Amino acid sequence: MRTVVLGVPDWPGHRAGQHLDVRLTAEDGYSAEREYSIATAPGEAVAITVERLDDGEVSPYLTEELRHGDELELRGPIGGYFVWDPEDESPLLLVAGGSGIVPLRAMLRHRRRSGSNVPVRLLYSSRTLEDVIYRAELDEPADGIEVAYTLTREQPPGWSGYARRVDAELLADIAWPADDGALAFVCGPTSFVETVANGLVELGYPPNRVKTERFGATGR
Amino acid sequence: MEALDGNAIGGLLLDVFGAEMTTAEGVCAECGTTGPVAQLVVYLEAPGTVARCRGCSAILMVMVEVRGITCVDLRGLAELERTS
Amino acid sequence: MSFVSRGFRGRRRETDVDPTRVPPGQHVTTDFPVLSAGPTPHTSLGEWTFSIVNGDEKKAWSWDEFQALPHEEVTVDIHCVTRWSKLDTNWEGVAVDTLLEQVDHDASYVLAFCDGGYTTNLPLEDVSDGKAWVAFAYDGEPLDPEHGGPARLLVPHLYFWKSAKWVRGLELRDTDEPGFWETYGYHSYGDPWREQRYAGD
Repeated sequence: MRTVVLGVPDWPGHRAGQHLDVRLTAEDGYSAEREYSIATAPGEAVAITVERLDDGEVSPYLTEELRHGDELELRGPIGGYFVWDPEDESPLLLVAGGSGIVPLRAMLRHRRRSGSNVPVRLLYSSRTLEDVIYRAELDEPADGIEVAYTLTREQPPGWSGYARRVDAELLADIAWPADDGALAFVCGPTSFVETVANGLVELGYPPNRVKTERFGATGR
Repeated sequence: MEALDGNAIGGLLLDVFGAEMTTAEGVCAECGTTGPVAQLVVYLEAPGTVARCRGCSAILMVMVEVRGITCVDLRGLAELERTS
Repeated sequence: MSFVSRGFRGRRRETDVDPTRVPPGQHVTTDFPVLSAGPTPHTSLGEWTFSIVNGDEKKAWSWDEFQALPHEEVTVDIHCVTRWSKLDTNWEGVAVDTLLEQVDHDASYVLAFCDGGYTTNLPLEDVSDGKAWVAFAYDGEPLDPEHGGPARLLVPHLYFWKSAKWVRGLELRDTDEPGFWETYGYHSYGDPWREQRYAGD
């Protein structure tokens, strides 16, 4: 896992939840393109957090080869649907599966930097505690933010948090009641997002109040 | 190979339309399901990119890069309207 | 396109290959990428049939009848229009010749049709004379659904989009009717050795 900070000339600014397209080109012209959510809030330096996938093509380069001073080809910022602005005063429900935490973390940072007080509940599903990204930051949440983890594969001794894949019951525990008018952002692998989004609709969330962003099974 | 959603073609559509399109509202010509492009079912790993209706799976958009030019076929959409 | 990412090499490729086996613009991979335009169909063997459709007439085989036909193992190179090639791939299937023999026809073209609605067009002679199979096994195992199982068309001398996954039959035609990718700009014939990727190539 590596967070790469980018200096982008003439950066137009971005919104929390947006992403970048990164394109790598080899000398023989071969190119590969991937999407990465922006991990930082508007006003902060643009950064992406990349998980190294063993069979990956782009992530090994970004996490191991890329050096300070190297240039990257970027397109962005992209997105207008999976974005949060502090003008929205609805309670927020953020649900992350694996690397789905990245755009949600940008939202949390934006909330803090903008002085917003909207109540937030974050549910973050990871395989193990070691897989949790931004742990130090999430363990010291700002006022009004409640964080719950669920570790699906392995839990440390004495773990008192959730220890299973997100299901209807877990969602019912964590989610704001449907009547609260909350806005939900769900991000992660496709199957995770579908389970959670369907679960929230079953709990009474209007479908247009559940915003989703699906990453590939390999985390993009 | 799991499908993604319309967020994954945000960049491609930005290039093609010169505007943010994930919030554009599309109407499926087959079943009438209406919703943001961000909610379409997207298959990226193919000779082209295919976006399908989440309701009925009908093909709404096909994007193929032909000799460096992105060709966009929107025949499956009855309507596509920007909202932002 | 002059921007080069320092130190980027892309996926590990096979470089120790006979270049005469690699069509222009292709690189050899040991992976088997899964490409799809839609959800993976799941047709049970009990429902599955393969048909040759000739105007109003149709000759169909159930899975059991199909399995009872002579089949053969072949090792072929395959070339995807997305630029990866895979050498010495091992398949088992029924030669399309075997199926065509059972139908009286004077067609010049075929349109392969599949579960999920995919189609692709070929000249009849490109699926005859030992050039094509309906393959149901890969590498000694039943063909995985994500790779086209229960059965796919296998036409290795053309770009692999012509080797239609989840194939359910061939429509015999007098005229050439563009299939799915051909309609969206891909080449009607698709010879990798002449790099016929797009219409007009």
